[in-house]
Amino acid sequence: MSTNLDKDALPQPGDAATDGPTPLLELRDLHVYYGAIEALKGVSLTVPHGQVVALLGANGAGKSTTLKAASGMLRPRTGDVLLRGERVDGIKSHELVRFGIGHVPEGRRVFARMTILENLKMGAYRLRRPDPTDLERVFTLFPVLAERRKQIAGTLSGGEQQMLAIGRALMGKPDLLLLDEPSMGLAPLIVQQIFEILREINEQGTTLLLVEQNASQALRLADYGYVLETGAVVMSDQADALLSDPRVRAAYLGEAVE
Amino acid sequence: MSLSDSWDVLVLGLVLGSLYAVIAIGYTLVYGVLQLLNFAHSEVFMAGGFGGVIALTIVEPAVDPSGMQSAVYVLLGICAGAILGGTIAFGLEKAAYRPLRRRNAPRLVFLITAIGASFFLYNLAGKLFGRYPIAMPTMYENKTVFTVFGTRVSITQLIIVGAALVMLAAVDVIVNRTKLGSGIRAVAQDPEVASLMGVDIDKVVSRTFVLGGLLGGVAGFLFGTNLQVEYTMGFLPGITAFAAAVLGGIGNVRGAVLGGLLLGVVEAFTVEIWSDAWRYVGAFAVLVLVLMFRPTGLLGERVGRAA
Ligand SMILES: Nc1ncnc2c1ncn2[C@@H]1O[C@H](COP(=O)(O)OP(=O)(O)O)[C@@H](O)[C@H]1O
Ligand SMILES: [Mg+2]
Repeated sequence: MSTNLDKDALPQPGDAATDGPTPLLELRDLHVYYGAIEALKGVSLTVPHGQVVALLGANGAGKSTTLKAASGMLRPRTGDVLLRGERVDGIKSHELVRFGIGHVPEGRRVFARMTILENLKMGAYRLRRPDPTDLERVFTLFPVLAERRKQIAGTLSGGEQQMLAIGRALMGKPDLLLLDEPSMGLAPLIVQQIFEILREINEQGTTLLLVEQNASQALRLADYGYVLETGAVVMSDQADALLSDPRVRAAYLGEAVE
Repeated sequence: MSLSDSWDVLVLGLVLGSLYAVIAIGYTLVYGVLQLLNFAHSEVFMAGGFGGVIALTIVEPAVDPSGMQSAVYVLLGICAGAILGGTIAFGLEKAAYRPLRRRNAPRLVFLITAIGASFFLYNLAGKLFGRYPIAMPTMYENKTVFTVFGTRVSITQLIIVGAALVMLAAVDVIVNRTKLGSGIRAVAQDPEVASLMGVDIDKVVSRTFVLGGLLGGVAGFLFGTNLQVEYTMGFLPGITAFAAAVLGGIGNVRGAVLGGLLLGVVEAFTVEIWSDAWRYVGAFAVLVLVLMFRPTGLLGERVGRAA
């Protein structure tokens, strides 16, 4: 866990919840419903500036719902979403992006009939004057996108589409990047590559809230982790502590180790 | 039918088809962003026709206008058609469809609302302007401008095709090169993700209606140029243009143009070969045949790409 050592001096999510600097994102006791179904039953979590926070859990635990509540795609029935200490729940997603939130949705959802370049330009839609250095930055992070900028996104491989989805979100200059299962359905080598790039993005100053079923990969990248089960947080700790926790190992690593 | 007759008919068909193409774009753009078959678009077209008549009646064209005067009348009519068409389309979306979207109403409700809005609008026009044809004031003497392959092309035909070409080019630029266009294309492909990129879906939908309404309104004016308008004038051109949008692949802008031109030409030849009574039979037979073999229309698999 050498990569986590240099971050030990930074404020940790656990401390931030009580006192210390205002976290970038804070979810307080979120209750989210789909009709009569209660998908989130009081989820609270904290994402401090500059860190990587992992949100783990089995299928249907409520991970995507949590991200959607954070980015304004869903409105919680009760509970608060705070961004830099300001309440933002109830603000629609197209307005919330101006607060510096980038959401890479589950299943990548690139604009399949647009080219790579058009997809990336869509990512910068919210900006009045797109910054050409953003495009350079994305192309530096993902050279494969630069080579094929005129290619229709629907014809890309799953890994390339995931890179495009991440690149597209970066074009909106987010301070906080929400990532919904970026490793889903990808070959181990590609997953490795994507996680290395995520680390680089974080080192360049973007805070990450990372939803994953691939718990070992996610925890090795993360500073802090939360485990979600049927709409509630059942465990939260430093990432390396979770990684060595026997309950986590039994429940999530037995099936997820590559 | 001699060769030179065929040319005559082809020109007639292309002129008619260019109008269908312009109207069809209104259907296809709205379908692209909302998956809504906006049957009330035919009334936007009708409103454009009345817009032209109203504006020209107010200015009272000179009896023997100069070329310059005629050009001003035509431009005035085009602007009036665009303004009325755009306004009706804007109001239609706000008053009829937006409340349904707020409530997440099922598709069928949208469709029935569209038909209801259509009835409402043309009966309103009938009530306001009378249920009989109204002559459009004469803006110019419809002379032959030039002759190609023995076919005479009139001023009216030239105006219609010229205006249609300008509008089609403008739409192509708007959809493919502007910010509004990228918003329209993104909403057509994935509205939820589009809003994550900062696209205000309500704004894009509203502007899409207005864009389609401007085109439909101008088409309505051009359709009645130097002829007449009537409160029911939207129905048949509207249905035909809707068929053209489906034929080309609904949601696809270039498909709408292709479908419009094709149906215009088929209609002209049907009338020439059989009789006026068969006017719409040929075009709709082509529609049914094409859809049997290509259910998504001629350019259908590219829905959203060009929309
Ligand atoms: N659109 C929806 N309508 C109804 N129920 C939903 C919807 N989306 C998710 N759910 C339910 O909410 C719960 C949480 O889903 P989700 O947040 O997608 O889980 P995860 O991302 O952890 O797999 C699940 O029980 C799921 O069936
Ligand atoms: Mg999920």
